[in-house]
Amino acid sequence: MAGKLKIHIDQDKCQGHARCKALAPELFELDEFGNAHETGDGSVPAGLEDKAWLAKANCPEIAIEVTEE
Amino acid sequence: MPEHPPVTDWVHDFDHTDPHWTENPYPIWDELRAASPVVHTDRFLGCYMPTTYEAVREIAHDTTHFSSRRVIVRDVRPPITNTAPPITSDPPEHKPAKQLLLPPFTPDAMKKLEPRVRAICNELIDEFIAEGKCDAAARYTKHIPVRAIAHMLGIPEKDSDQFIKWIHEILELGIKDDATMMRAVQEMTGYFHGHIEARKKNPTDDLITTMMNARDKSGQPLSDGHVLGSLRLLLIAGIDTTWSAIGASLWHLAKTPADRERLIAEPELMPTAIEELLRAYAPVTMAREVMKDTVISGCPVKSGNMVLLSFPSANRDPAMFPDADKVVIDRKENRHAAFGLGIHRCVGSNLARMEMTVAIEEWLKRIPDFGLDPASQVRWSEGTVRGPRQLPVLFGKSA
Repeated sequence: MAGKLKIHIDQDKCQGHARCKALAPELFELDEFGNAHETGDGSVPAGLEDKAWLAKANCPEIAIEVTEE
Repeated sequence: MPEHPPVTDWVHDFDHTDPHWTENPYPIWDELRAASPVVHTDRFLGCYMPTTYEAVREIAHDTTHFSSRRVIVRDVRPPITNTAPPITSDPPEHKPAKQLLLPPFTPDAMKKLEPRVRAICNELIDEFIAEGKCDAAARYTKHIPVRAIAHMLGIPEKDSDQFIKWIHEILELGIKDDATMMRAVQEMTGYFHGHIEARKKNPTDDLITTMMNARDKSGQPLSDGHVLGSLRLLLIAGIDTTWSAIGASLWHLAKTPADRERLIAEPELMPTAIEELLRAYAPVTMAREVMKDTVISGCPVKSGNMVLLSFPSANRDPAMFPDADKVVIDRKENRHAAFGLGIHRCVGSNLARMEMTVAIEEWLKRIPDFGLDPASQVRWSEGTVRGPRQLPVLFGKSA
């Protein structure tokens, strides 16, 4: 099994499509304008790895980075 | 209205108002995409169309060479008088204008509106379910978004027929008929002006009030022109776009019993199904105006032309979506461009998704079996927004 995942949203790219929040509500939150931020420091709790990859694969702006620590 | 000659050479002389395109654009887009990532027509005073996802994405993200000041490809390019910020805005004016409109349209805000939309859907179904059949476009899909946006704006839902007439005149007839378009815009402006005046005497709690109370960076109220333009945008963009998306979804489900039965058996598939229906039948094509010469996907693009920025064609690009021509209701990876890409991402995307979900859920709850009425025809709209305007269906297993 690979290492822990960490997610990061590039704020210059995010346009508020909110796909990540719909697919992985535990990993993302929206600000008052509907733009997304990673929850906490972006660490993906065990068991939510698939959701992190799914969110990345559905972001129309390719704004989500997922890295393995 | 000036009629256009029929198209005989789609690659070099395309026309999105041609009846063949209106009826079934998908094979035409395939032909154009096979020919080039960017094609050109001399019609509409010169117009390009990016055919691939990549070319559409490049243009949508390029606010240096492309302007949003004209958002419909038309026969004429009159001086710009009636703007609709932020959709017609370019940077740097775009961001502050858009930020005013974003908070009322977040997913959380839409959750609060959802019960009203669910009620609207059931009120509509009550009116025709006993008849055993209906024109689903005329009696169902058409009314849901217009009533929802009227509810948000704080204008009477009973004025819906008037709104629908204006939208038809602006987005369809207006492509070829400037006088009709200008008259509709002026009538709509006058309508909102009346509501603004009324709120000065009796303040309310709705989107019109939100715009009237908004302040720019220097603390000043927005100009009347800005407020009226944004209100026109919300009404124009809030109506036949989602009407079309719901209608195309019901059209698909009417002729695809396997998908219908699966959605009923596995309701947890609804979110991915909605995204897939948005991808496959994306209703909205926007425009850009080329301001400076550039190159897109290796193709030279010259200033002075318009761009038919077809998000629907991008969504059918097999280089981006495996089995792009198939509707796969559990498609996992779906970066579709139905709501645009880049800074002009549709402000109402969360509203549209909620309306589509609720409209289809409520329909399937009460009319689980239905099919296209073989005795009548489906009719599609023309131009900027594509969706069924006539959708005759029969209810029941025998349909």
